[in-house]
Amino acid sequence: MNHSHGSQTGGVAAPSAPAEVKPQRLLATLGLAGALAGVLLVIAYGVTLPTIEANRQRELEAAINVVLKGPERYEALYVVNGALTAKAPDGVDPRKLERVYLGYGAGGRRIGFALVAAEPGFQDTVKLIFGYDPGTKQLIGMTVLESKETPGLGDKIEKDAAFVGQFREARAPLVAVKKGKRSKPGDVETITGATISSKTVIRIINNALERLGPLVDAYPQEGKG
Amino acid sequence: MSPETPPAALHCGAPAAAPTSPRRAVTPREDLARGFWRENPVLIQLLGLCPTLAVTNTVANSIVMALATFGVLVGSSLLVSTFKRWIPNEVRITSYILIIATFVTIAEMVLQALVPDIYKALGPFVALIVVNCIILGRQEAFAGRNPVGRSVLDAVGMGIGFTIALLIMGSVREVLGSGTFLGVSLFGPRYEPWVVMILPPGGFFTLAFVLLAIAWWTQRKAVRAKAAEPRALAAAERAA
Repeated sequence: MNHSHGSQTGGVAAPSAPAEVKPQRLLATLGLAGALAGVLLVIAYGVTLPTIEANRQRELEAAINVVLKGPERYEALYVVNGALTAKAPDGVDPRKLERVYLGYGAGGRRIGFALVAAEPGFQDTVKLIFGYDPGTKQLIGMTVLESKETPGLGDKIEKDAAFVGQFREARAPLVAVKKGKRSKPGDVETITGATISSKTVIRIINNALERLGPLVDAYPQEGKG
Repeated sequence: MSPETPPAALHCGAPAAAPTSPRRAVTPREDLARGFWRENPVLIQLLGLCPTLAVTNTVANSIVMALATFGVLVGSSLLVSTFKRWIPNEVRITSYILIIATFVTIAEMVLQALVPDIYKALGPFVALIVVNCIILGRQEAFAGRNPVGRSVLDAVGMGIGFTIALLIMGSVREVLGSGTFLGVSLFGPRYEPWVVMILPPGGFFTLAFVLLAIAWWTQRKAVRAKAAEPRALAAAERAA
């Protein structure tokens, strides 16, 4: 692309100015245009932000609903200094803290925790959320929040019902096995043609449980703590 | 291809040759319709191939991408042709890019708010509209040197042309690659989709066959016109 081309051959864009333009004018033009663009962007940001955040919230709620099998209600817990706490410490923006979600069923019975985790996949970072019951050490469900895995192959980690279904009641830690070789409650069959993506999901869950599992186990039951 | 636009003038940022010269009055309809087919930005000018190949794996993605580009193109052409008088020649490209980038960022936020799923699927390609040659090319070749009304018509025409091209690509790829159209299953569960069509190679295959079809059609038209020429001449002589 040769952009000076136009001015050399045609120069039609500025019909009246063969004379040199003062640098101040160039600066003023660009400065003014930049300022106007900034104002426009701020307005657009302000207008769209509430909708964007509402979308994210709805997405997260839908995901929690799936991985905890429709809890009655859930609460967000913050990860602070290697422990879970229901209240963010003073002076810390709660939006910047890592969160896990604790779901309750009918009668205030604890269903389990929903954990969000992300790690590099085949193409880009895969971010997922899964439900985990510390009592039985079983997963409740898994759903992928963000991934750019290959369409038609790697994206089966979110679209293939058989693969996603295996995480229901799978016992942690998970083990990747080839198709048809599932024998133990922690085995997860990888998808043919998407081994790396499948193993990514398993690795993310295992690592997240290794990191957050002790915290979840240590979180006091109601009435005891 | 039209005699007004020699192929040499068709790369990004180069001034379009004849449409801007005042030799002959151009009707508004011509300004608008030029982009649909005769100077289609993708199929004839071969600009904007990056989104054409990258995001046309489903019809929905193609439509959203085309609409976003359409909005940015029309908005940019409107502003560029309105303010061209005050934009010094030396910084015109910078100013164009600034205007385009502003519209793209706004488009990004609007898409994120309105169609979050498709926004996610489009990935980085929404932001990359900034460097889409169709948009910068139209500013440099048309909006920067023509009145506001004509520039907007031209942008609308080119935007529709881009939409047509993306729809062709998206329809072929989704139907063959997923067996669906806009997510609706066409062939039932027994259809084994050609997964390759929604992968990157499928984009190249589809574009190649579309361009091949257009070249064949253009050539056939030219051959027929040539064959008709002597006959018309002979008829004129006989009449004289």
